[in-house]
Amino acid sequence: MDAPAAIELRGVARRYGERHALFDVSVEVPTGQTLVVFGPNGAGKSTLLRVLATLLRPHGGEARVLGEPLPEREWAVRGRVGLLAHESLLYRDLSARENLRFHARLHRVGEARVEELLERMRLAGRADDPVRTLSRGLLQRVAVCRAVLHDPPLLLLDEPRANLDPAAAELIEPLIGRASGRTRVVTSHDPAGGLAEADLALGLRDGRVALSAPAGEVDAAAVEELYR
Amino acid sequence: MYGKGLRALSLATFAALTATFALVFFYAPLDADQGFIQKIFYVHVPVAIVTLCAYVVGAIFAALHLRTRDRRWDLRSYVVIHIALIFNIIGLLTGAIWAKASWGHWWVWDSPTLTSFLIVFLLFATYQPLRFSIEDPERQARYASVFAVMAGAFVPLNFIAVRAATATVHPRTFGSADGGLPAQMAWVFVVALVATVLLFALLCAYEIAAKQTKWQLRALRRRLLGGEAVAPLGRSAAPALGGPDGGGVSAGGGGSAPRAARNPAGAAS
Amino acid sequence: MSEAPQTEPRTDAAPRGASDPPVPPAGRAHATARPMRPSMALLRKDLLLERRTPEAVPAMLLFSVTTFVLFHFGLGRDEVSGQLAAGVLMVTLLFAAILGINRLFVSEQEEGGFDGVLLAPIDRTALFVAKAAALFLFLTLVEVVTVSAFAILLLGPSPWPALPGLAVVLALLNLALAVVGTLVSALAIRTRARDLIVPIVALPMLVPALIAAARAAAPLLAARGAGALPTKWLAVLALYDLVFGLLAYAVFDFLLED
Repeated sequence: MDAPAAIELRGVARRYGERHALFDVSVEVPTGQTLVVFGPNGAGKSTLLRVLATLLRPHGGEARVLGEPLPEREWAVRGRVGLLAHESLLYRDLSARENLRFHARLHRVGEARVEELLERMRLAGRADDPVRTLSRGLLQRVAVCRAVLHDPPLLLLDEPRANLDPAAAELIEPLIGRASGRTRVVTSHDPAGGLAEADLALGLRDGRVALSAPAGEVDAAAVEELYR
Repeated sequence: MYGKGLRALSLATFAALTATFALVFFYAPLDADQGFIQKIFYVHVPVAIVTLCAYVVGAIFAALHLRTRDRRWDLRSYVVIHIALIFNIIGLLTGAIWAKASWGHWWVWDSPTLTSFLIVFLLFATYQPLRFSIEDPERQARYASVFAVMAGAFVPLNFIAVRAATATVHPRTFGSADGGLPAQMAWVFVVALVATVLLFALLCAYEIAAKQTKWQLRALRRRLLGGEAVAPLGRSAAPALGGPDGGGVSAGGGGSAPRAARNPAGAAS
Repeated sequence: MSEAPQTEPRTDAAPRGASDPPVPPAGRAHATARPMRPSMALLRKDLLLERRTPEAVPAMLLFSVTTFVLFHFGLGRDEVSGQLAAGVLMVTLLFAAILGINRLFVSEQEEGGFDGVLLAPIDRTALFVAKAAALFLFLTLVEVVTVSAFAILLLGPSPWPALPGLAVVLALLNLALAVVGTLVSALAIRTRARDLIVPIVALPMLVPALIAAARAAAPLLAARGAGALPTKWLAVLALYDLVFGLLAYAVFDFLLED
């Protein structure tokens, strides 16, 4: 018996006034696989991630995340999704440790997990400094900790390697990379790199699906077409 | 079709208003104390009553919008509050005129009704600026509804507080020392009240029909000419009913595709 | 409202990387004895933030004392008592509260902060409770100093006999300010003109609370010596708190969903 797919979208739409931010978006992502989303700015990549994270409700079509229909059972999905967005979602005047402990309490996770993640991300030395004093790279590492704190089965990553040097990128790889074993949706502007880590590729343009195929059947040139 | 029954409502309102004017000027007795100017009471008090009730009705419509997420309730709530605000201004002006004529001052704090009327106006006057400051039409509708619900609960609370705080000089329209309004005045008052309610309902019906027609027209143009050819909307405080797929507001269902085959010549009113 | 579900262990069979140490299953707290309620966690975070970089409380304090000076010159009086005193005190507190209300959700708004709370498996009304509680505490703190300053600068009669009654009135007033203030703040924070919207919406809405608080406090500050606390006005204030408290609790969720 097949396990239900982690993500099932059929004809999902999201309006903004008279515009469609997303229109007729359909995709299916089996559990444990990686979907990479390509597209120019304004194509709807971030909107798609936010819909999957239950931060935005779909205005049309059917959406199922981790087996739960949205928006009816969005509360059942929260707490099982980890989002890494452009904003760090951290309070600038609190330290990394305080921020993570706060999120841990909201997600009912023990403090030991916070310490473990700080250790793995090599943040222990700076864990008590206010977050606003951290460089962007360090900030991103704290944000990664926040995103995986509650061990979510689904990860939503909006350009996760931005601001990271190769050493840091290596550090976060086991947590949010393919090896983590989680289902992932990753947005990317890098055709070759993105395809290399993808099982499925989705290309968006103006909120509509322009490209949807297993990663093996797509080449970088097709992705670059989206940007023209 | 929009504007069903508008003609009947217009005729009824016209009749009621005419009857009211006739009664006020030719039938109602002159008040012994205040003289002719007392007749403004037949405008001021019905307007005040209708305004306050309208705000509460607007709050109920807003609550329905939040419950059902049907944007048409938001449109109704908006129109009711919007016109109630106009009536509110009329009520304040007529109140001031009456106060000046009766007691020599343009404003008296001694009347709890008038005072709470002013406070309610100050609150609901923020409804449109609030709407205008939110650009996303769906969020605008939702936030405006939350405000309307709170403001609707505010109306009775405010009245209680102000009434308890004020020594009354405002002439009691009902239940004064000699047992209430003389029968003649009472009749005219009732007719005036009915006429005011009809007038309010008529104005609301017209505005709702106008807005729905406008949105339907826009939806049709977008369908025929393509979304890009139709100029985008500027920021607006008024509820936006149109969706991106040309879904205007048909009389039957909100947000579904318009039934363009409907014969415009078949419209009666 | 539905109970937030416990996080379940992952069901996918994909093997973890060999170099990864085993991760303790989330949801079973290790060091903390009992999971903290979400509203408590949110409240503690806000109190921590305000203690770390105090902004709202000092501003409200300074504003209040400055306003007393303004009243002294504006009214041309060395001391006030009775209804006038009650009015000056309550109106000043109201305006100071507006400053606090304006700032209430700012820390959430920056850095996409609301999202952090919205993603958590919690009842979103916990945010309302936490913010209202924070505002209530800030106001209480401000009032301790402000009432003392008022007694020194402007109040004619001695404040001591009035204090117990005043404490009751201010507690009820703070509740009103906290409830209405939190709702209006949340309403305004995601609009374009947020610091304009807050005063023009909150002040009229708080008028009944102001009336009741000022009328209740007036006999306490009477020149002849503190009179009895008028229960009628306490009842009005309590009614206001109840109605708006329940209503705000019911509608707050609608402000956060998208």
